[in-house]
Amino acid sequence: MSLNKTYDVIIAGAGSIGTPTAFYLAQAGLKVLVLEAMASPGQASNKHAIGGIRATHSDPSKIYLCSNSIEIFSSWKETYGDDIDWRAGGYNFVAYEPEIETTLKSLLELQRSLGLNIDWIERDQNLEIAPHLNPQGLLGGTFSPGDGSASPLKAAFAFWQRAQLEGAEFHFNEAVTEILVGGNCIQRVRTNQGAYACKTFINAAGGWSREISQMVGVDLPIEPDAHEAGITEPVQPMFAAMVVDIRHCPGSSNFYFYQHPTGKIIFCLTPAPQIWGNLTQNTSSFLPQSCRRLVDLMPILGNIRVRRTWRGTYPMTPDGNPIVSPVEGLDGYLIAAGTCGQGFMLGPGVGKLLTNTVTGNLTQIESDCLYNLRYNRGFESKEMLK
Amino acid sequence: MIDYRIKSHPILIDESEATTPFYWQEKLFYAKPNEMISSALMAQSIQVFRHHVKDHSPQGIFCANGQCSQCMVIANGLPVKACMTPVTPGMKVEPADGLPGLPESFAPIPEKDQFPRYYECEVLIIGAGPAGLSAAIELGQLGVGVILVDDKNQLGGKLVLQTHRFFGSSNAVHAGTRGIDIAKILAEQAQTLPTVEIWTNSTAIGVFEDHQVAIYREQKENVHVKPGALLVATGARERSLSFSGNTLPGVYGAGAFQTLVNRDLVRPCNNLFIIGGGNVGLIAGYHAIQANIHVAGLVEAAAECGGYKVHKDKLTRSGVPIFTSHTVIEARGHDKVESVVIAQVDRNFQPIRGTEKVYDCDTLLIAVGLEPVNEFINMAKAVGMKVFAAGDANEIAEASAAIFSGKIVGNEIAQSLGKDISEIPASWFETEQILKSKPGITVAEKYIDQLDGVFPVFHCTQEIPCNPCSTVCPRDLIFIDEADIRHLPHFDEDRAGECIACGRCLAVCPGLAISLVDFRKHSQTALVSLPVEQEIAEIAIGNQIEVTDTDGRSLGEFKIERIKTVPGFKNGTRLLSVEVPIQISKSVAGFRIIPTSQSKPFESESEMLQNLDDDAYICRCERITAGEIRKLIKAGIRDINQIKAITHASMGSCGGKTCLNLIRRMFAAEGVPPSEVTDPPVRPAFVEVPVKDFIENSHGGMDNIR
Repeated sequence: MSLNKTYDVIIAGAGSIGTPTAFYLAQAGLKVLVLEAMASPGQASNKHAIGGIRATHSDPSKIYLCSNSIEIFSSWKETYGDDIDWRAGGYNFVAYEPEIETTLKSLLELQRSLGLNIDWIERDQNLEIAPHLNPQGLLGGTFSPGDGSASPLKAAFAFWQRAQLEGAEFHFNEAVTEILVGGNCIQRVRTNQGAYACKTFINAAGGWSREISQMVGVDLPIEPDAHEAGITEPVQPMFAAMVVDIRHCPGSSNFYFYQHPTGKIIFCLTPAPQIWGNLTQNTSSFLPQSCRRLVDLMPILGNIRVRRTWRGTYPMTPDGNPIVSPVEGLDGYLIAAGTCGQGFMLGPGVGKLLTNTVTGNLTQIESDCLYNLRYNRGFESKEMLK
Repeated sequence: MIDYRIKSHPILIDESEATTPFYWQEKLFYAKPNEMISSALMAQSIQVFRHHVKDHSPQGIFCANGQCSQCMVIANGLPVKACMTPVTPGMKVEPADGLPGLPESFAPIPEKDQFPRYYECEVLIIGAGPAGLSAAIELGQLGVGVILVDDKNQLGGKLVLQTHRFFGSSNAVHAGTRGIDIAKILAEQAQTLPTVEIWTNSTAIGVFEDHQVAIYREQKENVHVKPGALLVATGARERSLSFSGNTLPGVYGAGAFQTLVNRDLVRPCNNLFIIGGGNVGLIAGYHAIQANIHVAGLVEAAAECGGYKVHKDKLTRSGVPIFTSHTVIEARGHDKVESVVIAQVDRNFQPIRGTEKVYDCDTLLIAVGLEPVNEFINMAKAVGMKVFAAGDANEIAEASAAIFSGKIVGNEIAQSLGKDISEIPASWFETEQILKSKPGITVAEKYIDQLDGVFPVFHCTQEIPCNPCSTVCPRDLIFIDEADIRHLPHFDEDRAGECIACGRCLAVCPGLAISLVDFRKHSQTALVSLPVEQEIAEIAIGNQIEVTDTDGRSLGEFKIERIKTVPGFKNGTRLLSVEVPIQISKSVAGFRIIPTSQSKPFESESEMLQNLDDDAYICRCERITAGEIRKLIKAGIRDINQIKAITHASMGSCGGKTCLNLIRRMFAAEGVPPSEVTDPPVRPAFVEVPVKDFIENSHGGMDNIR
């Protein structure tokens, strides 16, 4: 058993949320411990993310948090020197059906009213942004040049390293087993290795956050939803944007892909119906389905070779928005979970928000975020662009 | 046109002509029908296939087995593995320099069913080598429905590279027969069984959650097979080694060398140096000699070669220097290997400064052991599938053991499927253990006292599982304990006069470790016959030849009196006879035919590195060095997933098939126990497959699946 050490903040999970949060908290001078059940940072869902980062959502809080993330990701190399493969390639939602065009255009108004840099582009302009797109039936699409991508692997490593330099401690292969509450306050956290006292406990356990929250009697409507992704061999650069196709096809809904700066194509598919569970073994249908959609959208990719595939989970909430929230009547418990497959792009923004929450430096807009993303909201609205 | 094809070989017969035209950098060459691009290029002495996109370093062949991706070229506009892609008429082959482009002309694929062709069977066997074929034969004989897949276009796995006669038991595993011939025997047996369906040129690419296994059938279509049981008989891949210059063209695996020389009859080099004194390295050296390739030397880090002594003796008798307690320090050369630096090692296998020697060579073979190809076992276990393993995929051992283990596992699978079969005899498991056993004790060479008549002399002094000599003697004069064929052979001295000097024991011995001494003609000399498996001008009647004892010591030069074949042994082995003084007659065990290489002085060109191999490449695909990885291990990183994340090692084209093992060994070398190291998961695809081949088929359909 470890000594009963005391921390300002204990974070469960060294993933997309936990690592940047640890960094900002430690930078703010707090004594931070991160408990991670896996062997190193980013080994659960973070490394399964394909790296897309966008602010072009439909929920104002998510837009705010992701805009902050983009600022952090895009300036990271300049500020800290670590190359995390950030590239502002933009997001290109393509329309091959009039209904999709209508949906995308209707969202544009809201997004633009929230200050996002996004526009409708006509077919020909779209073909300039993604020159090899199948021109047949293409109506045009939206393009948001400020969005982009970075490497989840490299970013998690960078946040972890910088957090350590700021004094944060990380314990790997150590799972939270019990959270002790006394007098409506978080008191201690027990693990399979020891016990620690803390003032604040942050649940950033991704696909496992529901189980963790149940330890303090707070049920979260989070269900892991399994998705698969793949990567190809590298070829000469062809396009930089994340191409997103939100049509419904047999067995799948959203399909999106981009060309990494190294030349590899990374692609991801949303199964329809969704497949619930913390499942990480590959399915036999993913490659046939996703390859079908890949060549339909970009025929030139028929000859590119698939290198690897993997499967990870989206911790889903009923409305598609994350839970970033304190809990009424339970002081010191903060939830940052249910990121619905967008933990990587939300991570740094959420990290800053949580830090300001703990240090008591919340701005009005940040307080609004915590309210909008509260754990006990109605979950009735729907994120339009999951 | 001058090429580097082997036109005459003591064992192999070259029947095909290079008539298929193809272009390398717009220059016209010819390949043999269905010849792999790599062999066709090596036959033109083209060794640099591309330059790496990361640092422009020259890249050549490495595994020649479809495992690594070092030999990538652009064939007709598309990147392919040169060792797995046959030349087609008029093919335009270019070096894969930089990132490949994709052909613009690719047309959209018309809408078809998106589900792949689907099969169900009782047993799917991945790998048609000795273990897979044996299991298929057992299962087929029991009427079990089998699909047997192999990524090569020829059945037999690595048997097709083995020109030597096999050790083991004559009854159980065809000992005394050459590997290439055992492959044919097993393949023919499997092919005649009605319930065994064989797919060659078909690579397994993944095992999925629903227990379907994806097969890239005939390298053009992704099909899915759902078996009742999966047998992984994928054999082994060669271990790599971390040393400076380890990715220079000309540094490759012993298996790659055997593929070029014995399967494709290409002479890829003139002057070979071998790293590793296990059976693979020793046999590769002998195969080189048979192909008229000079062997400059062999290093073995241990104090003794780990392979069979009779294999080692073949090399030492031929004049190949074997340096035990030595290791390789560096491969030197500009665009390809020109020399090798070796050095003596201390007890901890660390090189001793000042003991460096430099040998000229144009090729450096890595033969430092094998690792099971176990990805499919791990994938199948992860999804809870009924999976079995046989042969090297299960445990590294001799091919003879793989044949027998396949036989046993075939029966175990039948049992597991509820087939009504008789109990597997306990003796089978004993035989399997004997065949798997490592070499036993070595005794001093002992001769019978007799100095008259004619009889065989055994230069076989190490206990290994082998008995062909005892099974071919027409007079039953040679005895090996059948209960444990590891015992040494004994000649029945009491019946010495009955030997008819037929020479069959000499011809059948896989170790070439039997001589025949004939005292009958002269009183002061004896006629000594030795097996010979070389076809060179020096071996001709009337020529003088330097004979040696078992350990390669010279016993003088003598005239070749006679060369003859042994009835029933037309395939390669001949007997050569020399007349020698009776005093040395029983010691004569072989002859020296190759000049011994001399070392050159060592001049250090680089500054002293703290670790000699800091600039060695661990991950060949992503060009990650030992120094980069060692730094992370020293910094406390224990999760290989994190090494992947930071360096991208093992995330390249081959998927960690070479480097993951080296990384695990680096942890061990830094004193980190395996229990502290976290391994990465295995993911499809096992090999890279074009996107279009996952969908382009017209035979699939959901009806087959649901």
